Amino acid sequence: MDWYEFLFVIEVAVGGLLSGVMYSLVAIGFVLIYKTSGVLNFAQGAMVLFAALTFVSLVERGVPFALALVITLLIMGLLGLAIERTVLRPLANRSPMTLFMATLGLAWVIEGGAQLIWGTQVHALDLGISNAPFEIGGIFISNFDLVAAALALALVVVLTSFFRFTRTGLSFRAVADDTFAAIAIGLKLNRIQAAVWTAAGVVALVAGLLWGARLGVQFSLSLVVLKALPVLVLGGFDSVPGAIVAGLIIGASEKLAEVYLGPYVGGGIEGWFAYVVALAVLLIRPQGLFGRKITERF
Amino acid sequence: MTGLALSEPALQPERRSFASRIAPVTPVTASAAPALQLSGISLAFGGIRALKDVSFDVRPGEIRAVIGPNGAGKSSLVNVISGLYRADTGRIVLGGESFAHVPPGRLPGLGVARTFQNLALFPGLSVAENIASGLVFRRPAFAWLPFLPASRREGRATAIRVREIAAFLGLEAHLPRLVSTLPFGLQKQVELARAMIADPRLLLLDEPMAGLTGTEKAAMAAHIRAIRDRLGLSVILIEHDIGVVMGLSDRIVVLDHGEVIADGRPDEVRRDPEVIRAYLGPDAAPLAGAA
Repeated sequence: MDWYEFLFVIEVAVGGLLSGVMYSLVAIGFVLIYKTSGVLNFAQGAMVLFAALTFVSLVERGVPFALALVITLLIMGLLGLAIERTVLRPLANRSPMTLFMATLGLAWVIEGGAQLIWGTQVHALDLGISNAPFEIGGIFISNFDLVAAALALALVVVLTSFFRFTRTGLSFRAVADDTFAAIAIGLKLNRIQAAVWTAAGVVALVAGLLWGARLGVQFSLSLVVLKALPVLVLGGFDSVPGAIVAGLIIGASEKLAEVYLGPYVGGGIEGWFAYVVALAVLLIRPQGLFGRKITERF
Repeated sequence: MTGLALSEPALQPERRSFASRIAPVTPVTASAAPALQLSGISLAFGGIRALKDVSFDVRPGEIRAVIGPNGAGKSSLVNVISGLYRADTGRIVLGGESFAHVPPGRLPGLGVARTFQNLALFPGLSVAENIASGLVFRRPAFAWLPFLPASRREGRATAIRVREIAAFLGLEAHLPRLVSTLPFGLQKQVELARAMIADPRLLLLDEPMAGLTGTEKAAMAAHIRAIRDRLGLSVILIEHDIGVVMGLSDRIVVLDHGEVIADGRPDEVRRDPEVIRAYLGPDAAPLAGAA
Protein backbone atom coordinates (compact mmCIF):
# COMPACT_ATOMS: atom_id res chain seq x y z
CA MET A 1 0.00 0.00 0.00
CA ASP A 2 1.55 3.30 -1.01
CA TRP A 3 1.22 6.54 0.92
CA TYR A 4 -1.70 7.96 -1.07
CA GLU A 5 -3.64 4.77 -0.81
CA PHE A 6 -3.10 4.86 2.96
CA LEU A 7 -4.31 8.46 3.12
CA PHE A 8 -7.38 7.43 1.19
CA VAL A 9 -8.19 4.67 3.70
CA ILE A 10 -7.82 7.17 6.54
CA GLU A 11 -10.02 9.65 4.73
CA VAL A 12 -12.77 7.10 4.16
CA ALA A 13 -12.53 5.97 7.78
CA VAL A 14 -12.68 9.51 9.17
CA GLY A 15 -15.63 10.34 6.93
CA GLY A 16 -17.31 7.18 8.21
CA LEU A 17 -16.57 7.97 11.83
CA LEU A 18 -18.05 11.43 11.48
CA SER A 19 -21.20 10.17 9.83
CA GLY A 20 -21.33 7.52 12.54
CA VAL A 21 -21.63 10.30 15.10
CA MET A 22 -24.87 11.25 13.40
CA TYR A 23 -26.17 7.72 13.90
CA SER A 24 -25.13 7.85 17.54
CA LEU A 25 -27.09 11.03 17.96
CA VAL A 26 -30.33 9.30 17.02
CA ALA A 27 -29.44 6.19 19.01
CA ILE A 28 -28.84 8.16 22.23
CA GLY A 29 -32.48 9.27 22.17
CA PHE A 30 -33.51 5.60 22.18
CA VAL A 31 -31.08 4.68 24.94
CA LEU A 32 -32.35 7.39 27.30
CA ILE A 33 -35.89 6.08 27.19
CA TYR A 34 -34.98 2.40 27.07
CA LYS A 35 -32.87 2.72 30.20
CA THR A 36 -35.59 4.25 32.36
CA SER A 37 -38.73 2.62 31.10
CA GLY A 38 -37.54 -0.46 29.23
CA VAL A 39 -39.43 0.78 26.19
CA LEU A 40 -37.95 0.76 22.72
CA ASN A 41 -39.41 4.10 21.68
CA PHE A 42 -40.18 3.62 18.04
CA ALA A 43 -41.47 7.20 17.92
CA GLN A 44 -37.95 8.61 18.33
CA GLY A 45 -37.64 8.99 14.55
CA ALA A 46 -40.98 10.76 14.39
CA MET A 47 -39.78 13.07 17.14
CA VAL A 48 -36.67 13.84 15.08
CA LEU A 49 -38.90 14.72 12.12
CA PHE A 50 -41.29 16.73 14.27
CA ALA A 51 -38.46 18.76 15.80
CA ALA A 52 -36.81 19.53 12.47
CA LEU A 53 -40.11 20.34 10.79
CA THR A 54 -41.20 22.65 13.59
CA PHE A 55 -37.89 24.47 13.57
CA VAL A 56 -37.67 24.91 9.83
CA SER A 57 -41.29 26.04 9.55
CA LEU A 58 -40.76 28.64 12.24
CA VAL A 59 -37.64 29.95 10.52
CA GLU A 60 -39.46 30.06 7.16
CA ARG A 61 -42.18 32.15 8.79
CA GLY A 62 -39.59 34.75 9.74
CA VAL A 63 -38.87 33.75 13.32
CA PRO A 64 -35.22 34.52 14.15
CA PHE A 65 -32.93 31.49 14.33
CA ALA A 66 -32.26 31.62 18.10
CA LEU A 67 -35.89 32.24 19.01
CA ALA A 68 -37.02 29.39 16.75
CA LEU A 69 -34.55 27.15 18.53
CA VAL A 70 -35.91 28.10 21.95
CA ILE A 71 -39.54 27.69 20.85
CA THR A 72 -38.82 24.27 19.31
CA LEU A 73 -37.00 23.26 22.46
CA LEU A 74 -40.05 24.20 24.52
CA ILE A 75 -42.40 22.39 22.16
CA MET A 76 -40.25 19.22 22.31
CA GLY A 77 -40.27 19.47 26.09
CA LEU A 78 -44.05 19.78 26.13
CA LEU A 79 -44.38 16.90 23.69
CA GLY A 80 -42.28 14.73 26.02
CA LEU A 81 -44.46 15.68 29.00
CA ALA A 82 -47.63 15.02 27.00
CA ILE A 83 -46.41 11.58 25.92
CA GLU A 84 -45.57 10.64 29.50
CA ARG A 85 -48.97 11.82 30.73
CA THR A 86 -51.21 10.45 27.99
CA VAL A 87 -49.44 7.30 26.82
CA LEU A 88 -46.97 6.00 29.39
CA ARG A 89 -48.78 6.69 32.65
CA PRO A 90 -52.03 4.94 31.69
CA LEU A 91 -49.96 1.99 30.44
CA ALA A 92 -47.78 1.69 33.55
CA ASN A 93 -46.98 -1.92 34.56
CA ARG A 94 -47.87 -3.24 31.11
CA SER A 95 -45.59 -5.57 29.19
CA PRO A 96 -42.73 -4.07 27.15
CA MET A 97 -44.47 -5.33 24.00
CA THR A 98 -47.60 -3.31 24.81
CA LEU A 99 -45.49 -0.23 25.35
CA PHE A 100 -43.55 -0.83 22.15
CA MET A 101 -46.80 -1.08 20.20
CA ALA A 102 -47.96 2.14 21.84
CA THR A 103 -44.83 3.96 20.68
CA LEU A 104 -45.34 2.50 17.20
CA GLY A 105 -48.78 4.10 17.16
CA LEU A 106 -47.32 7.23 18.63
CA ALA A 107 -44.84 7.41 15.75
CA TRP A 108 -47.71 7.57 13.24
CA VAL A 109 -49.60 10.13 15.29
CA ILE A 110 -46.58 12.41 15.60
CA GLU A 111 -45.62 12.04 11.93
CA GLY A 112 -49.18 12.68 10.83
CA GLY A 113 -49.57 15.55 13.27
CA ALA A 114 -46.33 17.17 12.13
CA GLN A 115 -47.42 17.05 8.48
CA LEU A 116 -50.94 18.16 9.34
CA ILE A 117 -49.58 21.26 11.02
CA TRP A 118 -46.62 22.09 8.80
CA GLY A 119 -47.49 20.49 5.47
CA THR A 120 -45.79 17.76 3.46
CA GLN A 121 -43.42 19.67 1.21
CA VAL A 122 -39.67 19.24 1.48
CA HIS A 123 -37.89 22.08 3.28
CA ALA A 124 -34.25 23.01 2.92
CA LEU A 125 -32.61 23.68 6.24
CA ASP A 126 -29.57 25.89 6.35
CA LEU A 127 -27.85 25.99 9.72
CA GLY A 128 -25.22 28.37 8.41
CA ILE A 129 -22.53 25.71 8.63
CA SER A 130 -20.37 25.56 5.53
CA ASN A 131 -20.17 22.16 3.87
CA ALA A 132 -16.84 22.88 2.21
CA PRO A 133 -14.25 20.21 2.96
CA PHE A 134 -10.88 21.27 4.29
CA GLU A 135 -7.56 19.53 4.30
CA ILE A 136 -5.51 18.28 7.22
CA GLY A 137 -2.25 16.55 6.31
CA GLY A 138 -3.52 15.41 2.96
CA ILE A 139 -6.90 14.22 4.24
CA PHE A 140 -10.08 15.98 3.24
CA ILE A 141 -12.63 16.36 6.01
CA SER A 142 -16.14 17.74 5.67
CA ASN A 143 -16.54 20.88 7.72
CA PHE A 144 -20.21 20.14 8.33
CA ASP A 145 -19.47 16.64 9.60
CA LEU A 146 -16.88 18.04 11.96
CA VAL A 147 -19.30 20.63 13.38
CA ALA A 148 -21.96 17.96 13.71
CA ALA A 149 -19.53 15.75 15.60
CA ALA A 150 -18.59 18.64 17.88
CA LEU A 151 -22.26 19.34 18.60
CA ALA A 152 -22.87 15.67 19.34
CA LEU A 153 -19.89 15.67 21.69
CA ALA A 154 -21.24 18.76 23.47
CA LEU A 155 -24.60 17.06 23.83
CA VAL A 156 -22.99 13.98 25.32
CA VAL A 157 -21.06 16.14 27.79
CA VAL A 158 -24.25 17.95 28.80
CA LEU A 159 -26.15 14.67 29.21
CA THR A 160 -23.32 13.07 31.16
CA SER A 161 -23.09 15.99 33.59
CA PHE A 162 -26.87 15.98 33.92
CA PHE A 163 -26.80 12.32 34.93
CA ARG A 164 -23.83 12.70 37.23
CA PHE A 165 -24.52 15.95 39.05
CA THR A 166 -28.23 16.65 39.18
CA ARG A 167 -30.81 15.10 41.42
CA THR A 168 -33.05 14.21 38.49
CA GLY A 169 -30.12 12.70 36.64
CA LEU A 170 -29.10 10.58 39.60
CA SER A 171 -32.72 9.50 40.07
CA PHE A 172 -32.74 8.50 36.42
CA ARG A 173 -29.76 6.23 36.99
CA ALA A 174 -31.39 4.77 40.08
CA VAL A 175 -34.50 3.91 38.09
CA ALA A 176 -32.37 2.40 35.34
CA ASP A 177 -30.47 0.34 37.91
CA ASP A 178 -33.54 -1.06 39.67
CA THR A 179 -37.00 0.40 39.25
CA PHE A 180 -38.45 -1.19 42.37
CA ALA A 181 -35.56 -0.05 44.52
CA ALA A 182 -36.11 3.45 43.17
CA ILE A 183 -39.79 3.29 44.12
CA ALA A 184 -38.93 1.92 47.55
CA ILE A 185 -36.75 4.89 48.41
CA GLY A 186 -39.45 7.33 47.32
CA LEU A 187 -38.23 8.53 43.94
CA LYS A 188 -41.05 9.96 41.86
CA LEU A 189 -41.15 7.77 38.81
CA ASN A 190 -43.59 9.92 36.84
CA ARG A 191 -41.46 13.00 37.24
CA ILE A 192 -38.31 11.16 36.19
CA GLN A 193 -39.96 9.69 33.12
CA ALA A 194 -41.27 13.09 32.12
CA ALA A 195 -37.75 14.48 32.45
CA VAL A 196 -36.34 11.66 30.36
CA TRP A 197 -38.88 12.10 27.58
CA THR A 198 -38.08 15.79 27.58
CA ALA A 199 -34.37 14.99 27.32
CA ALA A 200 -35.13 12.57 24.47
CA GLY A 201 -37.04 15.40 22.81
CA VAL A 202 -34.01 17.66 23.08
CA VAL A 203 -31.77 14.95 21.60
CA ALA A 204 -34.32 14.53 18.81
CA LEU A 205 -34.13 18.26 18.12
CA VAL A 206 -30.34 18.23 17.75
CA ALA A 207 -30.48 15.10 15.59
CA GLY A 208 -33.34 16.56 13.55
CA LEU A 209 -31.47 19.79 12.81
CA LEU A 210 -28.27 18.06 11.76
CA TRP A 211 -29.95 15.33 9.72
CA GLY A 212 -32.40 17.85 8.32
CA ALA A 213 -29.56 20.09 7.16
CA ARG A 214 -27.99 17.14 5.42
CA LEU A 215 -31.01 15.40 3.86
CA GLY A 216 -33.58 18.18 3.76
CA VAL A 217 -36.49 18.25 6.16
CA GLN A 218 -39.07 15.80 4.87
CA PHE A 219 -41.06 12.74 5.81
CA SER A 220 -38.20 10.32 5.19
CA LEU A 221 -36.28 12.00 8.03
CA SER A 222 -38.20 9.79 10.43
CA LEU A 223 -36.54 6.81 8.74
CA VAL A 224 -33.23 7.68 10.40
CA VAL A 225 -34.40 5.27 13.12
CA LEU A 226 -33.53 2.52 10.67
CA LYS A 227 -29.93 3.72 10.83
CA ALA A 228 -30.05 3.85 14.62
CA LEU A 229 -31.31 0.30 15.13
CA PRO A 230 -28.09 -1.51 14.12
CA VAL A 231 -26.19 0.99 16.27
CA LEU A 232 -28.37 0.03 19.24
CA VAL A 233 -27.95 -3.67 18.59
CA LEU A 234 -24.20 -3.28 18.40
CA GLY A 235 -23.75 -0.94 21.37
CA GLY A 236 -26.44 -2.35 23.61
CA PHE A 237 -29.85 -0.73 24.08
CA ASP A 238 -29.07 0.62 27.54
CA SER A 239 -25.66 2.22 27.18
CA VAL A 240 -24.98 5.83 26.12
CA PRO A 241 -21.23 5.19 25.62
CA GLY A 242 -22.26 2.05 23.73
CA ALA A 243 -24.40 4.12 21.37
CA ILE A 244 -21.47 6.42 20.66
CA VAL A 245 -18.87 3.72 20.10
CA ALA A 246 -21.28 1.62 18.05
CA GLY A 247 -22.22 4.63 15.92
CA LEU A 248 -18.55 5.17 15.17
CA ILE A 249 -17.96 1.51 14.35
CA ILE A 250 -21.02 1.28 12.12
CA GLY A 251 -20.20 4.56 10.37
CA ALA A 252 -16.60 3.63 9.66
CA SER A 253 -17.25 0.01 8.76
CA GLU A 254 -20.07 0.76 6.32
CA LYS A 255 -18.01 3.38 4.48
CA LEU A 256 -14.96 1.12 4.34
CA ALA A 257 -17.13 -1.78 3.23
CA GLU A 258 -18.68 0.34 0.51
CA VAL A 259 -15.27 1.29 -0.83
CA TYR A 260 -13.44 -2.01 -0.47
CA LEU A 261 -16.12 -4.69 -0.61
CA GLY A 262 -18.65 -2.80 -2.70
CA PRO A 263 -16.97 -3.33 -6.07
CA TYR A 264 -17.07 -7.12 -5.62
CA VAL A 265 -20.83 -7.27 -5.05
CA GLY A 266 -21.85 -4.50 -7.41
CA GLY A 267 -21.85 -1.62 -4.90
CA GLY A 268 -24.63 -0.08 -2.81
CA ILE A 269 -23.83 -2.09 0.29
CA GLU A 270 -23.69 0.98 2.53
CA GLY A 271 -27.44 0.74 3.00
CA TRP A 272 -27.47 -2.74 4.49
CA PHE A 273 -23.94 -3.41 5.75
CA ALA A 274 -24.79 -2.02 9.18
CA TYR A 275 -27.42 -4.74 9.54
CA VAL A 276 -24.90 -7.44 8.69
CA VAL A 277 -22.66 -6.11 11.47
CA ALA A 278 -25.64 -6.00 13.85
CA LEU A 279 -26.65 -9.54 12.92
CA ALA A 280 -23.14 -10.84 13.56
CA VAL A 281 -23.12 -9.13 16.97
CA LEU A 282 -26.53 -10.60 17.84
CA LEU A 283 -25.18 -14.09 17.18
CA ILE A 284 -22.08 -13.62 19.32
CA ARG A 285 -23.08 -11.07 21.97
CA PRO A 286 -26.86 -10.65 22.18
CA GLN A 287 -26.57 -7.87 24.77
CA GLY A 288 -24.35 -5.78 22.47
CA LEU A 289 -20.86 -4.52 23.22
CA PHE A 290 -21.79 -2.46 26.28
CA GLY A 291 -25.28 -3.61 27.17
CA ARG A 292 -26.12 -5.09 30.53
CA LYS A 293 -26.02 -8.85 30.50
CA ILE A 294 -29.42 -10.19 31.46
CA THR A 295 -29.40 -13.23 33.67
CA GLU A 296 -32.54 -14.14 35.48
CA ARG A 297 -33.40 -16.81 37.99
CA PHE A 298 -36.78 -18.41 37.46
CA MET B 1 -6.14 15.89 60.89
CA THR B 2 -7.07 18.55 63.46
CA GLY B 3 -10.13 19.34 61.40
CA LEU B 4 -11.27 15.77 61.73
CA ALA B 5 -10.61 15.72 65.46
CA LEU B 6 -12.60 18.93 65.87
CA SER B 7 -15.56 17.63 63.95
CA GLU B 8 -15.78 14.38 65.92
CA PRO B 9 -17.35 15.72 69.15
CA ALA B 10 -19.95 17.59 67.13
CA LEU B 11 -21.13 14.27 65.81
CA GLN B 12 -21.58 12.69 69.20
CA PRO B 13 -25.16 13.85 69.86
CA GLU B 14 -26.34 12.07 66.75
CA ARG B 15 -24.87 8.82 68.02
CA ARG B 16 -26.47 9.26 71.44
CA SER B 17 -29.84 10.01 69.97
CA PHE B 18 -29.79 6.70 68.13
CA ALA B 19 -28.75 4.93 71.32
CA SER B 20 -31.77 6.39 73.07
CA ARG B 21 -33.95 5.38 70.17
CA ILE B 22 -32.85 1.77 70.30
CA ALA B 23 -33.65 1.56 74.00
CA PRO B 24 -36.77 -0.54 74.69
CA VAL B 25 -39.93 1.51 74.25
CA THR B 26 -42.93 1.43 76.51
CA PRO B 27 -45.61 -0.95 75.24
CA VAL B 28 -48.21 0.85 73.17
CA THR B 29 -51.77 0.92 74.36
CA ALA B 30 -54.49 -0.59 72.21
CA SER B 31 -56.30 2.74 72.12
CA ALA B 32 -53.62 4.38 69.94
CA ALA B 33 -54.65 5.10 66.34
CA PRO B 34 -53.73 2.22 63.99
CA ALA B 35 -50.51 2.53 62.00
CA LEU B 36 -52.40 1.28 58.96
CA GLN B 37 -56.04 0.59 58.31
CA LEU B 38 -57.46 -1.09 55.25
CA SER B 39 -61.17 -1.07 54.71
CA GLY B 40 -63.11 -2.80 51.96
CA ILE B 41 -60.18 -3.22 49.57
CA SER B 42 -61.18 -4.98 46.33
CA LEU B 43 -59.08 -5.48 43.25
CA ALA B 44 -59.84 -7.33 40.01
CA PHE B 45 -57.68 -8.11 37.00
CA GLY B 46 -60.23 -8.59 34.24
CA GLY B 47 -62.38 -11.47 35.46
CA ILE B 48 -60.03 -12.53 38.24
CA ARG B 49 -60.89 -11.02 41.59
CA ALA B 50 -57.55 -10.85 43.36
CA LEU B 51 -58.85 -9.15 46.51
CA LYS B 52 -62.43 -9.19 47.79
CA ASP B 53 -63.44 -6.67 50.44
CA VAL B 54 -60.28 -7.02 52.52
CA SER B 55 -60.29 -5.09 55.80
CA PHE B 56 -57.85 -5.16 58.70
CA ASP B 57 -55.72 -2.82 60.75
CA VAL B 58 -52.18 -2.76 62.09
CA ARG B 59 -51.63 -1.37 65.57
CA PRO B 60 -48.54 0.64 66.47
CA GLY B 61 -45.69 -1.60 67.61
CA GLU B 62 -47.36 -4.75 66.33
CA ILE B 63 -45.99 -7.50 64.08
CA ARG B 64 -48.89 -8.29 61.82
CA ALA B 65 -48.52 -11.26 59.51
CA VAL B 66 -50.43 -11.83 56.29
CA ILE B 67 -50.38 -15.46 55.21
CA GLY B 68 -52.20 -17.56 52.68
CA PRO B 69 -51.60 -20.25 50.06
CA ASN B 70 -50.15 -19.40 46.65
CA GLY B 71 -52.44 -17.10 44.71
CA ALA B 72 -54.31 -16.02 47.83
CA GLY B 73 -53.74 -12.35 47.02
CA LYS B 74 -50.82 -11.56 49.34
CA SER B 75 -48.69 -9.90 46.68
CA SER B 76 -51.66 -7.96 45.34
CA LEU B 77 -52.30 -6.71 48.85
CA VAL B 78 -48.70 -5.54 49.28
CA ASN B 79 -48.84 -3.79 45.94
CA VAL B 80 -52.07 -2.03 46.89
CA ILE B 81 -50.60 -0.86 50.20
CA SER B 82 -47.45 0.38 48.50
CA GLY B 83 -49.38 2.08 45.71
CA LEU B 84 -48.11 -0.02 42.81
CA TYR B 85 -51.69 -1.19 42.20
CA ARG B 86 -54.78 0.95 42.46
CA ALA B 87 -57.58 -0.77 44.35
CA ASP B 88 -60.98 -0.76 42.65
CA THR B 89 -62.76 0.04 45.92
CA GLY B 90 -61.81 0.68 49.52
CA ARG B 91 -59.76 3.10 51.57
CA ILE B 92 -56.27 2.97 53.05
CA VAL B 93 -55.65 5.05 56.16
CA LEU B 94 -51.99 5.77 56.68
CA GLY B 95 -50.33 8.34 58.91
CA GLY B 96 -53.68 10.04 59.63
CA GLU B 97 -54.52 10.42 55.94
CA SER B 98 -57.10 8.43 54.00
CA PHE B 99 -56.27 7.32 50.46
CA ALA B 100 -58.07 5.54 47.65
CA HIS B 101 -54.65 5.14 46.06
CA VAL B 102 -51.41 5.76 47.93
CA PRO B 103 -48.96 7.67 45.71
CA PRO B 104 -45.82 5.47 45.82
CA GLY B 105 -43.52 8.47 45.86
CA ARG B 106 -45.07 9.69 49.12
CA LEU B 107 -44.72 6.44 51.08
CA PRO B 108 -41.32 7.15 52.68
CA GLY B 109 -42.60 10.57 53.71
CA LEU B 110 -45.60 8.89 55.35
CA GLY B 111 -43.23 6.71 57.39
CA VAL B 112 -43.63 3.52 55.38
CA ALA B 113 -40.61 1.51 54.23
CA ARG B 114 -40.64 -1.81 52.45
CA THR B 115 -38.53 -4.70 51.27
CA PHE B 116 -39.15 -6.90 48.26
CA GLN B 117 -39.54 -10.62 47.79
CA ASN B 118 -36.95 -10.73 45.01
CA LEU B 119 -34.72 -7.94 46.31
CA ALA B 120 -34.65 -4.43 44.90
CA LEU B 121 -31.17 -3.03 45.46
CA PHE B 122 -28.91 -0.89 43.31
CA PRO B 123 -26.39 -3.46 42.08
CA GLY B 124 -23.89 -0.81 41.00
CA LEU B 125 -23.60 0.72 44.49
CA SER B 126 -21.81 -0.39 47.64
CA VAL B 127 -23.59 -1.73 50.71
CA ALA B 128 -23.13 1.61 52.47
CA GLU B 129 -24.50 3.56 49.51
CA ASN B 130 -27.46 1.24 49.18
CA ILE B 131 -28.33 1.71 52.84
CA ALA B 132 -27.89 5.48 52.57
CA SER B 133 -30.23 5.60 49.58
CA GLY B 134 -33.09 5.06 52.03
CA LEU B 135 -32.65 8.68 53.10
CA VAL B 136 -32.79 10.13 49.60
CA PHE B 137 -36.45 11.19 49.82
CA ARG B 138 -35.71 13.75 52.53
CA ARG B 139 -32.59 15.01 50.86
CA PRO B 140 -32.62 18.77 50.36
CA ALA B 141 -32.46 20.03 46.80
CA PHE B 142 -29.05 21.66 47.25
CA ALA B 143 -27.40 18.37 48.19
CA TRP B 144 -26.27 17.69 44.65
CA LEU B 145 -23.61 20.36 45.04
CA PRO B 146 -21.12 18.16 46.89
CA PHE B 147 -18.82 21.02 47.92
CA LEU B 148 -21.40 23.03 49.92
CA PRO B 149 -20.79 22.94 53.69
CA ALA B 150 -24.39 21.88 54.29
CA SER B 151 -24.02 18.98 51.87
CA ARG B 152 -20.84 17.82 53.53
CA ARG B 153 -22.43 18.05 56.95
CA GLU B 154 -25.35 16.01 55.68
CA GLY B 155 -22.94 13.52 54.13
CA ARG B 156 -21.18 12.99 57.46
CA ALA B 157 -24.43 12.61 59.37
CA THR B 158 -25.60 10.06 56.80
CA ALA B 159 -22.35 8.09 57.06
CA ILE B 160 -22.74 7.85 60.83
CA ARG B 161 -26.34 6.77 60.55
CA VAL B 162 -25.38 4.10 58.00
CA ARG B 163 -22.74 2.75 60.37
CA GLU B 164 -25.22 2.59 63.24
CA ILE B 165 -27.79 0.66 61.24
CA ALA B 166 -25.09 -1.64 59.86
CA ALA B 167 -23.83 -2.34 63.37
CA PHE B 168 -27.39 -3.06 64.49
CA LEU B 169 -27.79 -5.70 61.75
CA GLY B 170 -24.21 -6.97 61.84
CA LEU B 171 -23.37 -5.65 58.37
CA GLU B 172 -20.42 -3.43 59.35
CA ALA B 173 -17.75 -5.61 57.76
CA HIS B 174 -19.53 -5.51 54.41
CA LEU B 175 -20.15 -1.76 54.12
CA PRO B 176 -17.57 -0.96 51.39
CA ARG B 177 -18.40 -4.00 49.28
CA LEU B 178 -20.39 -3.84 46.07
CA VAL B 179 -23.82 -5.06 47.07
CA SER B 180 -24.12 -7.43 44.11
CA THR B 181 -21.11 -9.39 45.36
CA LEU B 182 -22.82 -10.34 48.63
CA PRO B 183 -24.66 -13.62 49.13
CA PHE B 184 -28.46 -13.46 48.85
CA GLY B 185 -29.07 -13.67 52.59
CA LEU B 186 -26.87 -10.66 53.29
CA GLN B 187 -28.44 -8.71 50.45
CA LYS B 188 -31.81 -9.23 52.13
CA GLN B 189 -30.37 -7.70 55.28
CA VAL B 190 -28.99 -4.75 53.33
CA GLU B 191 -32.49 -4.18 52.01
CA LEU B 192 -33.80 -4.31 55.58
CA ALA B 193 -31.14 -1.79 56.65
CA ARG B 194 -32.15 0.55 53.84
CA ALA B 195 -35.77 0.30 54.91
CA MET B 196 -34.85 1.07 58.54
CA ILE B 197 -32.53 4.02 58.03
CA ALA B 198 -35.24 6.66 57.70
CA ASP B 199 -36.92 5.62 60.97
CA PRO B 200 -40.19 4.40 59.46
CA ARG B 201 -43.31 3.86 61.54
CA LEU B 202 -44.45 0.95 59.39
CA LEU B 203 -42.22 -1.68 57.84
CA LEU B 204 -43.64 -3.75 55.00
CA LEU B 205 -41.69 -6.99 54.64
CA ASP B 206 -42.61 -9.00 51.54
CA GLU B 207 -41.49 -12.60 52.16
CA PRO B 208 -38.30 -11.72 54.08
CA MET B 209 -37.48 -15.41 54.55
CA ALA B 210 -37.87 -16.44 50.91
CA GLY B 211 -34.70 -18.04 49.60
CA LEU B 212 -32.88 -17.98 52.95
CA THR B 213 -31.18 -20.92 54.60
CA GLY B 214 -32.31 -22.15 58.03
CA THR B 215 -29.62 -20.21 59.88
CA GLU B 216 -30.29 -17.07 57.88
CA LYS B 217 -34.01 -17.38 58.62
CA ALA B 218 -33.33 -17.54 62.35
CA ALA B 219 -31.08 -14.46 62.09
CA MET B 220 -33.67 -12.58 60.05
CA ALA B 221 -36.44 -13.44 62.54
CA ALA B 222 -34.23 -12.19 65.40
CA HIS B 223 -33.58 -8.96 63.50
CA ILE B 224 -37.26 -8.35 62.82
CA ARG B 225 -38.11 -8.90 66.48
CA ALA B 226 -35.23 -6.64 67.60
CA ILE B 227 -36.28 -3.87 65.25
CA ARG B 228 -39.83 -3.95 66.58
CA ASP B 229 -38.79 -4.19 70.23
CA ARG B 230 -36.23 -1.42 70.09
CA LEU B 231 -37.69 1.00 67.56
CA GLY B 232 -41.32 0.40 68.43
CA LEU B 233 -42.47 0.39 64.81
CA SER B 234 -45.22 -1.71 63.23
CA VAL B 235 -44.35 -4.55 60.90
CA ILE B 236 -46.46 -6.13 58.19
CA LEU B 237 -44.99 -9.51 57.49
CA ILE B 238 -46.01 -11.26 54.28
CA GLU B 239 -44.66 -14.74 54.66
CA HIS B 240 -44.84 -18.29 53.35
CA ASP B 241 -42.99 -19.96 56.19
CA ILE B 242 -45.78 -20.73 58.66
CA GLY B 243 -43.39 -21.75 61.42
CA VAL B 244 -41.67 -18.37 61.32
CA VAL B 245 -44.98 -16.52 61.24
CA MET B 246 -46.46 -18.36 64.24
CA GLY B 247 -43.42 -17.64 66.36
CA LEU B 248 -42.94 -14.04 65.34
CA SER B 249 -46.26 -12.31 64.88
CA ASP B 250 -48.73 -10.78 67.29
CA ARG B 251 -51.75 -11.14 65.02
CA ILE B 252 -52.24 -12.94 61.73
CA VAL B 253 -54.52 -12.27 58.76
CA VAL B 254 -55.17 -15.32 56.60
CA LEU B 255 -56.09 -14.76 52.96
CA ASP B 256 -57.54 -17.35 50.62
CA HIS B 257 -58.82 -16.63 47.10
CA GLY B 258 -58.56 -12.92 47.85
CA GLU B 259 -60.72 -13.04 50.98
CA VAL B 260 -59.87 -12.73 54.65
CA ILE B 261 -60.81 -16.15 56.07
CA ALA B 262 -59.32 -15.68 59.54
CA ASP B 263 -57.85 -12.91 61.64
CA GLY B 264 -56.47 -13.30 65.15
CA ARG B 265 -53.65 -14.35 67.43
CA PRO B 266 -51.38 -17.17 66.22
CA ASP B 267 -52.96 -19.81 68.50
CA GLU B 268 -56.47 -18.85 67.33
CA VAL B 269 -55.51 -18.95 63.68
CA ARG B 270 -53.71 -22.26 64.07
CA ARG B 271 -56.93 -23.93 65.29
CA ASP B 272 -59.24 -22.25 62.81
CA PRO B 273 -60.94 -24.95 60.67
CA GLU B 274 -61.17 -22.58 57.68
CA VAL B 275 -57.41 -22.04 57.76
CA ILE B 276 -56.72 -25.76 58.01
CA ARG B 277 -59.05 -26.36 55.07
CA ALA B 278 -57.36 -23.67 52.97
CA TYR B 279 -53.88 -25.00 53.64
CA LEU B 280 -54.41 -28.76 53.76
CA GLY B 281 -57.58 -29.26 51.72
CA PRO B 282 -61.16 -30.04 52.83
CA ASP B 283 -60.40 -33.68 53.78
CA ALA B 284 -57.78 -32.69 56.33
CA ALA B 285 -60.09 -30.59 58.49
CA PRO B 286 -61.71 -33.45 60.46
CA LEU B 287 -58.31 -35.09 60.94
CA ALA B 288 -56.81 -31.91 62.32
CA GLY B 289 -59.86 -31.40 64.51
CA ALA B 290 -59.49 -34.91 65.94
CA ALA B 291 -55.80 -34.47 66.66
